[in-house]
Amino acid sequence: MIPAAFDYVRAGSAAEAISLIGEHGDEAKFLAGGHSLLPLMKLRLAAPSVLVDIGRVSDLSYIRDAGDHIAIGALTRHMDVENSAVLKEHAPLLAHAASHVGDPQVRHRGTIGGSIAHADSASDLPATTLALGATYVAQGPNGTREIAATDFYHGFLQSALAADEMLTEIRVPKMQGAGWSFQKFNRRAQDWAIVGVAAWRRNGDSGVALVNMGSTPILATSVASALAGGASVSEAAQLAAAEAEPQNDLNASQEYRVHLAKVLVRRALEEASK
Amino acid sequence: MMGSATGGSGSEGGSLVKISVTVNGTAHESDVEPRTLLVHYVREVLGLTGTNIGCDTSSCGACSVHLNGEAVKSCTVLAAQADGQSVTTIEGMATDGVMHPMQQAFMENHGLQCGYCTPGMVMAATSLLQENPNPTEEEVRIGLEGNLCRCTGYHNIVKSVLAAAAK
Repeated sequence: MIPAAFDYVRAGSAAEAISLIGEHGDEAKFLAGGHSLLPLMKLRLAAPSVLVDIGRVSDLSYIRDAGDHIAIGALTRHMDVENSAVLKEHAPLLAHAASHVGDPQVRHRGTIGGSIAHADSASDLPATTLALGATYVAQGPNGTREIAATDFYHGFLQSALAADEMLTEIRVPKMQGAGWSFQKFNRRAQDWAIVGVAAWRRNGDSGVALVNMGSTPILATSVASALAGGASVSEAAQLAAAEAEPQNDLNASQEYRVHLAKVLVRRALEEASK
Repeated sequence: MMGSATGGSGSEGGSLVKISVTVNGTAHESDVEPRTLLVHYVREVLGLTGTNIGCDTSSCGACSVHLNGEAVKSCTVLAAQADGQSVTTIEGMATDGVMHPMQQAFMENHGLQCGYCTPGMVMAATSLLQENPNPTEEEVRIGLEGNLCRCTGYHNIVKSVLAAAAK
């Protein structure tokens, strides 16, 4: 399978990338690791006329301790997120979830920013960063702005990013001492989750988000509220799909997904409560 | 830098891009359509057909090569993304006619049947051992989750990788 024809330009910096995308308009797309975009282009589900390759913008590949949060450059590869000592200490849920993205070859190329900007509800890291209360930083022609993960996902593959904005950083609050769990249910190795759950608990607080339970990653706020109100893990897990609008597809019916979400949320909360 | 589009032929495939890629230690300069996939570049432009195309959807791993020493699926990398980088294919694994220890281990442990997945398995397995030189059996199985084999049931592949790690 070969993508439809396009022109290729390579940016050396975020500013140059934004300028190039502005120059080429709506038909242009950023290319980071390419592991979401290129498969779509090969299937001709996407046919941008210009690719702006940002894969060499090396100053956007970093993981830094920034005081109350960890700052992750958008072009940090999944493999580097997975192996980061800083994340293992302060946000182990994210490092662990990154180790479940695709397979090693995919993780050598795919980036956290690419995964989030692609905004696929079936991907692991949008839901995981949503559960963690992350903030994303976007850079556009007029400077940068912060977008809460809770405001970022607008629909299937739709995000709050404007056409000429580039996701540059992911900020994840430090979660020392929190219990956490990542549950990914799939039928085949390396596949997307049929349903996935990212969850953490600390004292009375918790965060639970669902993978592939709607057109966007879903924050299961009813579960967190129930736990805060004193509900047991089993009781709270019954509310797993309260915010979800799961789809029927080849892998699972809506009803099955709702069932899976309840089971996986219960397992996640049990693990996070240890 | 404004990429390296030459504005060349104006062909239907987009403006040609000039790339220089080191493959198995040899530098190559080529003008390629931007949509040229790395696997097509090594197979069709360079004639290195040891790298197989299996699923063509980044699932099966048959097309795995090393990009700067790490296994990647060359059906999901543009040749243009490999510009200025170093690529190793299965043809680059032997040294002076002597098989790489991983190739030797696959032979000694019968880590293949039809052989179609084998080049990709060897590339993924060597990359795995670079990151984890002494993996457990479970780590080998998980580490090769991006490579599908329809013949062996994986048993002798895992055995081969463990044998190579022990060498």
